[in-house]
Amino acid sequence: MADQRPGAGTRIIRWIDHRLPFFAMMNHELYEYPTPRNLNYWWNFGSLAGFMLLVMIVTGIFLAMQYTPSASLAFDSVERIMRDVNYGWLIRYAHANGASMFFAIVYIHIFRGLYYGSYKAPRELLWILGVIILVLMIATAFMGYVLPWGQMSYWAATVITSLFSAIPVIGQSIVTFLWGGFTVGDPTLHRFYALHYLLPFIILAVVLLHLIALHRFGSNNPLGIDMKGQQDSIPFHPYYTIKDLFGLTVFLLIYAFFVFYAPNFLGNPDNYIPANPMQTPNHIVPEWYLLPYYAILRSITFSIFGIPAKLLGVLASFGSLFLLLIVPWLDSSPVRSSRFRPIYKWVFWLLVIDVLALGWVGANPPQGIVVTVGQIATFYYYLHFLILLPLLGKIERPHPLPASIAAAVLPGGSGMAAPASLRKS
Amino acid sequence: MVDVAQQHLSHAHSGESRRDFLILTAGALGAVAVAATVWPFIETMNPARDTLAAASTEVDLAPVAVGQRLTIAWRGKPVFIDHRTPAEIKAAREVDLTQLRDPQADSERVKQAEWLIVVGVCTHLGCIPLGQKTGDDRGPYGGWFCPCHGSIYDTSGRIRQGPAPLNLAVPPYQFTGKSAVKIG
Amino acid sequence: MGRKLAFGWLAAAAAALSLTVAASAARAQETPPLPHQQWSFDGVFGTYDIAALQRGFQVYKQICSACHPVKHLFFRDLAALDYTPDQIKALAASYKCTAGPNDQGQMYERPCLPSDPIPGPFPNDEAAKAANGGALPPDLSMVVKAREGGPDYVFAILNGFVPAPAGFHVVQGKYYNEYFPGHNISMPPPLSDGAVTFADGTKATVPQMAHDVVTFLSWAAEPNLDTRHRIGARVFLFLIVGVGIFYAAKRKIWAAVH
Repeated sequence: MADQRPGAGTRIIRWIDHRLPFFAMMNHELYEYPTPRNLNYWWNFGSLAGFMLLVMIVTGIFLAMQYTPSASLAFDSVERIMRDVNYGWLIRYAHANGASMFFAIVYIHIFRGLYYGSYKAPRELLWILGVIILVLMIATAFMGYVLPWGQMSYWAATVITSLFSAIPVIGQSIVTFLWGGFTVGDPTLHRFYALHYLLPFIILAVVLLHLIALHRFGSNNPLGIDMKGQQDSIPFHPYYTIKDLFGLTVFLLIYAFFVFYAPNFLGNPDNYIPANPMQTPNHIVPEWYLLPYYAILRSITFSIFGIPAKLLGVLASFGSLFLLLIVPWLDSSPVRSSRFRPIYKWVFWLLVIDVLALGWVGANPPQGIVVTVGQIATFYYYLHFLILLPLLGKIERPHPLPASIAAAVLPGGSGMAAPASLRKS
Repeated sequence: MVDVAQQHLSHAHSGESRRDFLILTAGALGAVAVAATVWPFIETMNPARDTLAAASTEVDLAPVAVGQRLTIAWRGKPVFIDHRTPAEIKAAREVDLTQLRDPQADSERVKQAEWLIVVGVCTHLGCIPLGQKTGDDRGPYGGWFCPCHGSIYDTSGRIRQGPAPLNLAVPPYQFTGKSAVKIG
Repeated sequence: MGRKLAFGWLAAAAAALSLTVAASAARAQETPPLPHQQWSFDGVFGTYDIAALQRGFQVYKQICSACHPVKHLFFRDLAALDYTPDQIKALAASYKCTAGPNDQGQMYERPCLPSDPIPGPFPNDEAAKAANGGALPPDLSMVVKAREGGPDYVFAILNGFVPAPAGFHVVQGKYYNEYFPGHNISMPPPLSDGAVTFADGTKATVPQMAHDVVTFLSWAAEPNLDTRHRIGARVFLFLIVGVGIFYAAKRKIWAAVH
């Protein structure tokens, strides 16, 4: 075997690799990359998010070839895509529902990180890069939603850009600057289009950094303990490639259901009415993935220390996102996984319920009980991160951790490695 | 550790082939999925329904006097309509076909001798030849002259000199009335 | 302390009461839930019923089009209703489209072509408002997708002209409609039994005409639904097979690790 002359393909790859170690890197990072052997299906959502980013970029580029970013033509150009462009309806529905799928995946990915303590040392930067990706995604999704230039597009643009008018003294000037005029209009649409095209590529760059940071110490795992040797890990390929592919196919079923059978379920009927700067729709509701932030924004109906409610609401809303950046330092517990944290495990689920409640509040008109629930839920959100997370680490008594991943997951607990023959080295 | 591997290999020989079959099937499915996904994306770049629908143009020829040339837009391109004089028809018909780069009799290029209808796009690199407006340089053959690279066409729109390889194209058309024509 | 508590309870009860009162006041303005209709295009395998589409187009053409445009429909789109190219051409030619400018710089009228959009009843929104007492008849080509409830809502509106309940104030020049938000609708009841004569002999009752025209408007809003459902079924079949095979492959590959 050893003295056999390698084929032409192999020689070309070796020639390139000697000068540009691309294939070696790919082999190292995607093929033999040692991965904890005990990852569960919640770990599928990282690669799913990457898949959705690519889907959004590709469908977006093809839509951009047909779309006209002008206030007088945008709505009709979208309808032309839906009616006249070959498969235009398919690409547009895939893009519009893709945004929802992308957010659903990323939120699950984030909550997985919170449950298993994936943000803890030495993965703090990995986590922070993830939060930056989320912020960029929200900005991209918001600007993309404006492009069809329906009623919701227009009024979402008006309301969200007006958030900046809460900034004291210079607020109104900033809003005029953002609009490029005295209302949301043609210049606004044009710049949103340019930025909506640009931001996904910035997201892609941050995703690369996210991956570099991930591969520095490898994936966290459901036990939250480090890999200590060969017996704790398996090569990424074929184990996790096939698992990811299986997960992807299951996900595609859900995605395809929305695209083909409920394409407007997650959308708002008002956005099929062309933008009318003279009339606001009765219920302004953001897309579902922004509802919790919207709920927090509306929950602040009072001023504290002379900070007006409007500014406070904006700060609380943005703060709920930026709070995530310091989570690695707010959590004082040395144990990563909730499996060994008897109290945090429950507190985590309370947070999930809390965020769902905020979503419900954001979807309903701010009257009566909705306001109260919103205020309690907002208060609890901050309580969770600012008080409970630092406090729990001090008072909680974690369960004993297993000696190693292999010891915990393999029968007999002696640590039996994967067969050497499967270890592509 | 090696023992485990050996054991695995020997007892799973039939399993190996099933595994190969599964991986082949999975790979084939993946390939079909990719192909089926790529297709709609490519298709979006083909002409859309509205573009195809506007593909025919009707023209009223009544106001075009003998010797006059008219330019109309068809599929976004200029179409030259030439109400030819008897002298121009005669010139077009008397040419020795063997001398032509793209031999074609004038009778093959028109449906009614006095009306020449050609796409006004030079077959070299897509410029629009001169000759439609009075005072334009029509070239030595009284047809059209392309200013980009000097292609010269005769009164039948055939290439006579210059780099263009083919005669000016004849669009599909039909006379719908005594003096009306539908192009496309 | 006890008194304070009692006062608190009283305040809470009063607040709850005022909430209930406010809610019942709001309910008078509320619309009843939309009755769900059977649509041929419902469900995973739903398709448009061509006969209903043709009848619906007839209702639109003879009744709705007096006030409402279908801005996003072109004559050529009617091929989906099984009209032949010649029928579409003849239909288009019966409308006048503005073209130009001509050699004299004037806009002029010519018979419409299949590639033209179907002209609306008014040249612009302002003209439409002026002719309708200040109310703008909405574009119907998107209306089914642009309203909560979709086809059920539009059907309910068309059938919702009932006598106003006692004590309800119907604004001058408006009409009472059970399903319209606020109940005061600017549109007079558009349909009446026998208002059109269907070529296929279907009896032109109000619910029948409403059902047909809503089918037509659903198609106008989402003309690619048939294709979408058909492709969707294939994609689902493919993915279900894929899930099975990838799951089997995953099990096989992981067998050695577990």
